Formats: sequence, C-alpha cells, structure tokens
Amino acid sequence: MALNHIWFLIVGFLFIGYFVLDGFDFGVGMSLPFLGKDDTDRRVLINTIGPVWDLNETWVLVAGASLFASFPEWYASLFSGFYLALLLILVALILRGVAFEYRGKGETTKWKRTFDWMIVVGSALPALLWGVAFANIVNGVPLNAQHIYTGNLFTLLNPYGLLGGLTTLTVFWLHGLIFISLKTDGEIKDRARALAKKVGYAATVIAASFLVWTLVVHFSVIGFVLTGIAALALIAAQAANWIKREGLAFTLMVLTIITAVGALFAALYPNVLPSTTDPAFSLTIENASSSQYTLTVMSWVAAIMIPFVLAYQTWTYWVFRKRISRKNIPATAH
Amino acid sequence: MAERDLPESEKVMHIAGQALAELDPLTLSRWQFGLTTVYHFLFVPLTIGMVLLVAIMQTIWTRTNDEKWLKMTKLFGKIFLINFAMGVVTGIVQEFQFGMNWSNYSRFVGDVFGAPLAMEGLLAFFFESTFIGLWIFGWGRLSKKVHLLTIWVTTLGVWLSAYFILAANAFMQHPVGFTINAAKNRAELTDIGAVLTNIVALNQFPHTVTASIMFAGGVMVAVGAYHLKRNQYVESMYRSLRFGLWAALLGGIGTIISGDGLGLAMVQTQPMKMAAAEALYNTATGKDASFSIFTWGTPDGHSELFSIRIPYLLSFLSTHSLNGTVEGLNNLQAQYTHLYGPGNYMPIIWLTYWAFRWMIGLGLVAMLVAVVGLVVTRKGRTQLPKWVWNTAIWATPLALLAISVGWTFTEMGRQPWIVFSLMKTADGVSPGVTGLDVLISIVVFTLIYGVLAVVEFGILRKAVAAGPDVLVAQDEHADADHLAVAY
Repeated sequence: MALNHIWFLIVGFLFIGYFVLDGFDFGVGMSLPFLGKDDTDRRVLINTIGPVWDLNETWVLVAGASLFASFPEWYASLFSGFYLALLLILVALILRGVAFEYRGKGETTKWKRTFDWMIVVGSALPALLWGVAFANIVNGVPLNAQHIYTGNLFTLLNPYGLLGGLTTLTVFWLHGLIFISLKTDGEIKDRARALAKKVGYAATVIAASFLVWTLVVHFSVIGFVLTGIAALALIAAQAANWIKREGLAFTLMVLTIITAVGALFAALYPNVLPSTTDPAFSLTIENASSSQYTLTVMSWVAAIMIPFVLAYQTWTYWVFRKRISRKNIPATAH
Repeated sequence: MAERDLPESEKVMHIAGQALAELDPLTLSRWQFGLTTVYHFLFVPLTIGMVLLVAIMQTIWTRTNDEKWLKMTKLFGKIFLINFAMGVVTGIVQEFQFGMNWSNYSRFVGDVFGAPLAMEGLLAFFFESTFIGLWIFGWGRLSKKVHLLTIWVTTLGVWLSAYFILAANAFMQHPVGFTINAAKNRAELTDIGAVLTNIVALNQFPHTVTASIMFAGGVMVAVGAYHLKRNQYVESMYRSLRFGLWAALLGGIGTIISGDGLGLAMVQTQPMKMAAAEALYNTATGKDASFSIFTWGTPDGHSELFSIRIPYLLSFLSTHSLNGTVEGLNNLQAQYTHLYGPGNYMPIIWLTYWAFRWMIGLGLVAMLVAVVGLVVTRKGRTQLPKWVWNTAIWATPLALLAISVGWTFTEMGRQPWIVFSLMKTADGVSPGVTGLDVLISIVVFTLIYGVLAVVEFGILRKAVAAGPDVLVAQDEHADADHLAVAY
C-alpha cells in the first residue's frame, strides 16, 4: 500500500481519535443546563473531564498539523474554503477552554453563569459544525481547476451538511451523557441516564438517516459494513444504558463513533475533497499528497510516537478513573 | 438604471458594496496574522520560562521538604496555569490560520513546513496537554516523585514545541533541505535533518528560551516585590524575589550571548535584515560600520541630522571583527534585483531600525533592574522604600515588550518575503478568501482577545494578591472524600 494511502488512514485515525475524545467533552458541556441543578452539580460535570479535556482537544491540533504535512493541498483548500465555519469553531474552542479554566476564579453567580454559557455554546457549536464540515467534505464542494473553493458559508449549510451537523450534535451529546453516567455517582448519574434515553431516540433516527444517505450516494462494501456496525453499536449502547451497564454503553458509543466516522472516510476514498463543479477538479489522495520523502519521514515519526502517546494517555485516564460525586467537590476551585 | 435613479437606501448599499470590494484580503490578513501572533506570544514566553522555574522550585521542595518552596511552587504554578490557558486557546488559531489566510503559502511549502508542525503536535503538544493535566490534578493523587516527573515532562513538551515551531519559522527566514518541484510548483523536503538543524533555528531557540526565562524571572520579582512592599509572606516572597532576580539576570546574559550568535547567523543568511536593523544604506567597513544608538532625521534614517554612534560596533556585531565589511541596503537591493527580478526588496526601514534598538534597550534595562535588585536586597534585606518595590513591579513588562519588538523586527525584517528568496508575502495569501471574510475574523478576534486580556489580567492580579499561604492551606483541608484539586 502506497504511503499516501496509509496517511489517508492516519489522518482518519487522528480525526476519529479527536471525535471519540472531544466528542464526550462536547456532550458534557452541552449537558450543563440540563443536568446541573446548582453550582456543585455543574462542577461535578466539569470535573468529569477536568484533567483530560485539554489532551482531548489537542487531537484536533495534531490531526490538523498532520493533514498539513501529509496533504498540503487538502489542508490549504479545506481551511481557506471553510473560512467562516472554522472561525466559528475557533471562537467556540477559545471560549470553552478559557471558561473551564476561569469559571472557578470568581465568586459571583453572574461570573459563573457567564462562563457556564460559554462552555455550553463552546461545546454545542463545534459539535454541530464538525458534522457540517465533514458532511461537506464527503459530499464535495465547489472547487475550481486550481482547487480553490468558490462557495461561501451558506454553500455548506445544505440539507446533507445540516443533517451531518445534527448527527454529530446528537451523537456527541449522547456520548457525553453516557460518559457522565460512567464517571459520576448519585442523582446526577440517574439524571444523565434518563436524559440519554431521550437524546438516544433523536440521535438514532438522525444518525441513521445521515449514514444511509451517505451510503446510498457513495456505496462501498467497507462503507456498508462500517455503517452496519455503527448502527448496531448505537442501538446496543442505548440498550446497555437502559440496563445500567455504563462501561459497556460507553465502549459501544466509542465503537459507534469509530465506525461512523470510518464510514465517512470510506465514502470519501479515494478523494480527499471532491469538486462539485467538475469531478476533474477534485482533490484526491494522489494529487493532494506530500512527496514520498516527507511521507516516509512522517511515517517513522507517527509509527514511533502514536503507540507511545496512546500508552501515556491511557495511563492518564487510569489515574483519573474514579467516579466523581457532589461530596468530592472541594469548597474552592484550583 | 443610472445611479441617481436608485432609492437612497440602495445607493448606500451600493457604496457599501464598493467599499467591501475594495477591502484588501492581503493587507487584512497581514494585520490579522500580526495581531494574533503578537497576542499569542504575550503568553508563550511566560509559559516557556515559568514551566522551567516551577519545575526547579518543585524539585527543591521535593529534595528539602522546605515548605516555602512548596508555597512558591503552588503560587507560581497557579500563575503559570492562568497564563498557559490563554497560550493554548490562542495557539489553535495560529495553526489554523496558515491554511485559512495563507493557503497559497501552505500549498507551496506544506511539504516542508508541515513536517515540523506535525512533529510539534505528535511529540510536543500531546506531552504538554496530557502531563499538564496530570500535574494540575495529580496533587495528592500521584506519589511525590511521579508528580514531580509530570512537571518535568511538561517542561520537555513546552520546550520541544518551541524548538519545532522555531525550526518551521527558520525555514521561512532561511530555507534549507528542500528542492523546488517545478511541475507541482512547490517546495519539497529533501533533508529533514537540515530543516531541524537550520542555523537560524539553532540560534533562535536559545535566544527565545533565555529571553523567556528572563521575563518569567521578572514576574517572580514583581510578585515578590508586591508582597514585600506590604511586609507579608516575607519568608517565601523574599526567596521568590531572589530566585526571580537570578533567573532574570542569568536569562538576560543568555539572551545577550545567544543574540550575538543569532546576529551572526542573520548576517550570513539574511544580510538585508542586518542592514535594515542599522538602516545602513551603503556598504561600510571597519570604523565606518558603526552602530547608532539614536538617530534624529527622516523617519527611515535616510538623511540624518544627528546621531550618537559607536564606531566599529556594527562590524563587530556582524562579523566578530573590527575590520569586517557590512553590506548596505542599496548594494543588496541591486544584488536582489539582479537575482530575483525588479522589485523593492527592502523591509520598512524605520520600523526595523527602531524595533532592533527597542529590543536591545528594553532588554538591557530589564537586566539592569535585576542587577540593582540583587545588590539592594542582598543578605535578607527586605526593609526598602516603597519606590524600590514599585520599580520592581513596573519593570515587569520590559522583557516582554523586548520580546514582542524583537519578533516584530524578525518578521518585518524578512519582508517582502514570506519565505526568503522563494515566495513573497503578497503571493502567499488565500485567493478564495474575501476581504469581508478577513474583516469579520479580524474584528471577532480583536473583540474576544481584548475582553480576554482584561479578564486574564484581573484573574492574575487576584491570584497574586491572594498570596501563597492560602494555596497550601487548601491542601490541608483535602481529605479522602474531597478531590485535592478540582475546577
């Protein structure tokens, strides 16, 4: 298998890693107004992801930089083309990150409320927009012969793109709720489970329509298999939630996201950014990739570093494995 | 339809439409990159410098069990984290905007430039973001030794990250290890070792980290002075003050030594930048290659009325010899026109000239403050007039300003190139992005960054004023039930 095809898989792997990890961060952030009845509740929720949200978010930086290194044409066309959508994502991520760090550094209710809303918006907006972005990547966008995007922000807000956005929004929310039920104890855990049931219905219907639509337009055997697994895992995750098997439910949600995003990358292959103007203008694995030498260098770096990264990040999750409940929350924030 | 027939509102729309069409994405993108980068780099030096100082303080505490070092670790750790958060969130913008605003640049150099960026992510960012979480929330949960290790790994991550991004920047100053693929119209990597050992990166890295240590030392001095002025937490704050003074002095000495090396590398690789630093229009040798401390004349120094000059100094800075020859702007302009075709190859001379002087001047004053501080506070002296402490506090931004104007010099001195000798800045901008797009993003970033600066400064002030003891007292309240550290 040629190196540029391997790098298509590595980029896919990094984005899957990002969605699996920051996905539940988004879900936790979105749940603040629904599960957090008072300040202590909201602090329980935030502290479920306290030590890890930063490392989770870093996956998108690494995915973006790896995309730059391995497919510069793809990075250039995508990031300049999706300018305003990415601006919104950046603003959201800035607000969310600052809010986690600063909300505990003031005492007034107004102060905390302000940062709470920054967390909610800063979580929901990227959860929606990443789906819009990826749906449009798969479906293609107007690119001219120089691979330059000729649409605008509203070009991306087509029905398929919006359905993709709603899919990530609801699936990440469900993912976050199940994560909360796994990481908390007491009343808040029950509330998370109950809400997960309701959100689960919406997520299932929306995600199923989106994935089936994707499969119909871009059929492949591997896409079919991945979509099938995603659908089964999504349903099984909710069954596990009903029978209070949080660990199993969370594992199945991880599997859902891996296979669903995998199905999108399968639908994209061998393009990386199709042109709706003329298929001849599409960016593909062949015409968008870096030179053989660069890919070789980066393959060594990835082969050595990724297992190491996975090992120490797993250890971090192990260190912070304990469930959190109201009684664990200290009076003052760090 | 003739314009006068339009209703008033449509006329306004029409004029507004024309104004929008005239918004230049290039100028706006340059302003945005400048603003967001300078802003990002207000937080980075404190991160680079303070992470090391906190690691050293915690090491001393682990070794000696002396509580004042724990207090210092906690207080400066807190200041480090408040600052770190801003560095992280503004850093994401940096990585995204190469593609968003400079897509032609990204297409042209991605094969080379992307590699150090991706390495930064895989080797450094993951380290930083994972181990900083372990450090913050690991108090009381990890053993003392493992917890100490996490801050050292964070330091390693931060410093590696600095190296990779400086290697990427060095390629823009002095491209090496590549070949031009004419068919694909792009630069392609041929030697990663050459890119990572670029002479500019090898000199820029020590210059950046030592200047960062100088600034971090200055912050410790200010915090110490704040409390000593009020005669509170004397034991730990006197230690902080002295520690900070030494860090500022040693960092300053390192900055001078590494700056000298960087100057030599600059003459070799970008002679135009050195000529622009001195506004030296005509090639000069020996005594005539003088360094002017101050010039009064036209803003670009082209016709000077008065100046204070040190003979031989520019020759020495550029070549380490009193009889060296330093090429002038006019000669280089002629050479470059010959090599690269007609065009203006000079940066904005008044800007490079004054930025270079302010960088050196501010840095030297910051060092002077450190030296005087070490003398007046020797042997445990803490009863000093208020103005002494106030001077120490107000001197804090000097090193940071020096760093900011230093980077302004480096980046503006490279103009008109985005990658020296290969691509001009004007050719690097995104062709598909409109002036309105960039106007929107520049307004959004300015607003958010402005508000965050005020919020962050308020939080920092509060953390400083609260002092170190409350942080250690919190630990003693921690028990089996409560998390030692939580948001």
